[in-house]
Amino acid sequence: MEAIVTRKLTKYYGKNRGIEDLDLSVEDGGFFGFIGPNGAGKSTTIRSLLGLITPTSGSAEVFGKDILTEKTAILAETGYLPSEALFYSGMRVRDALKLSADLRKKDCAKEAAQLCERLKLDPARKIDELSFGNRKKVGIVCALQSRPRLLILDEPTGGLDPLIQHEFFEILRERNEEGATVFLSSHVLSEIRRYCRRAAVIREGRVIACDSVEALSRTSVRRVSVRGRVDLDGLDGLKDVVHAGDAVNFLYSGEMKPLLDRLAAGEIADLNVSEPDLEEIFLHYYQKEEA
Amino acid sequence: MTIVKHELRQGRTAFLIWTGAISLLLAICIFLFPEMKSQMDTVSEMFASMGSFTAAFGMDRLNFGTLTGYYAIECGNVLGLGGAFYAALCAVEILSKEEKARTADFLLTHPVSRVRIVSEKLLSVFLRIAAMNLVIYLVSAGSMLAIGESVPWKQMSLLHLAYFLLQLEIAGVCFGLSAFLRRGSVGIGLGVAALMYFMNLIANITKSAEFLKYFTPFGFCDGATIVEDGRIDGAILAAGLALGALGILAAYLKYPKKDIA
Repeated sequence: MEAIVTRKLTKYYGKNRGIEDLDLSVEDGGFFGFIGPNGAGKSTTIRSLLGLITPTSGSAEVFGKDILTEKTAILAETGYLPSEALFYSGMRVRDALKLSADLRKKDCAKEAAQLCERLKLDPARKIDELSFGNRKKVGIVCALQSRPRLLILDEPTGGLDPLIQHEFFEILRERNEEGATVFLSSHVLSEIRRYCRRAAVIREGRVIACDSVEALSRTSVRRVSVRGRVDLDGLDGLKDVVHAGDAVNFLYSGEMKPLLDRLAAGEIADLNVSEPDLEEIFLHYYQKEEA
Repeated sequence: MTIVKHELRQGRTAFLIWTGAISLLLAICIFLFPEMKSQMDTVSEMFASMGSFTAAFGMDRLNFGTLTGYYAIECGNVLGLGGAFYAALCAVEILSKEEKARTADFLLTHPVSRVRIVSEKLLSVFLRIAAMNLVIYLVSAGSMLAIGESVPWKQMSLLHLAYFLLQLEIAGVCFGLSAFLRRGSVGIGLGVAALMYFMNLIANITKSAEFLKYFTPFGFCDGATIVEDGRIDGAILAAGLALGALGILAAYLKYPKKDIA
């Protein structure tokens, strides 16, 4: 069974596009990355899945349950971490965690204590006095303490220091190994590359690529660094050209022969041709779509 | 009942402040009564010379020299206005505050249906208003006993019941508005309560505006009718409760389908 399936899911805010004909499939037990810049439609997709907004058209299911008619059953199996975790004023951390557990009709005290310890979160602190990062930790514990079957995490690491980020992903990895599905929305591509097995790239409300992270990273585009003198004028397939002293660095998506001809005609002191990293591929997807 | 408990805890400070302030003001009014009674001639003359305002506040038909008459007018001003404002504030913020403070992402992503959220929040508003009225009722009765007067249980109970129903009507209307609002709800709530209060004053001043009584709960809280006739005007009460029920119905229809953007 798929954990998440959307079929032509569309949401318009008045005349403004949120998402359009969005088709997405996330396998049960998967660790899925959802990549896109601000305003691409990541949060709209997540908010539709959680029932916070009603789609304009299309349909979606979570664990085979319809997001419109079986909302409460879906939420019972889902832990959600919003990009900005906000809580009621005047509450202490332990009160917020207890309220969250009570709303789920579960006793999560033991699990919450363990998570607080691992994330170095003091349950006695007042939430109003916490930094952005520490409030995020409260949100993480709220999302994880009931050991949900699906975790939907919207920009989860903003504000967390590197050590806590590492611990957080370690917890996610453990949960994923135990069978939980992780749906991670982010524009920090290194996180997606390191932890996700599959990912979708969303642009202007539509999924423009969805595959394994390995397959998404596989591309004919190469990062080329040349030290020396070479004439690249008029060469097709050049992008992101940066000159620094006697070196030039660029992304190349054209035929290899014309590039090699130009390099052979020049005076090259050093040459490096490598696969671009995921950040560059991400840009490549966007530029390809724009072209 | 998790949300009810949570809401009662969240509204604790406001409850204590409003209940304390209204109780204290009513107690002060009652403690002033013996002095007012001794100066009744001057006081009656003063109130009689206020023209339209005498009618606006119902002082043309009430005897200011008796505890019931005096209490009906003071109760109308203090409990009527104070209670209306508190009820409006409680109700108008109860749903909209989740979006204003952006806590909706927390509450609405837990496995609780929106209908249940509406119901529990409505119950919490009702409980707060009921508790406030109970405290005020007991403080008022205690104050009357403290100044050596016998408590006019029937008239006083009817007066307090009328003001409790007034608050429920305003709460119902504001609860409905709360489902539609995202921010700026406090001003709207106070505005609704003030508008209803002034509608009644206008209805009292001129015959041609008497129909306004059907659109404001202050219409069925007329102290003279309650104290002198020993009853609440049924037609105005029915219209008022229908208006409050309409507000609650609007909340149940709107909130479960509302987009939390």
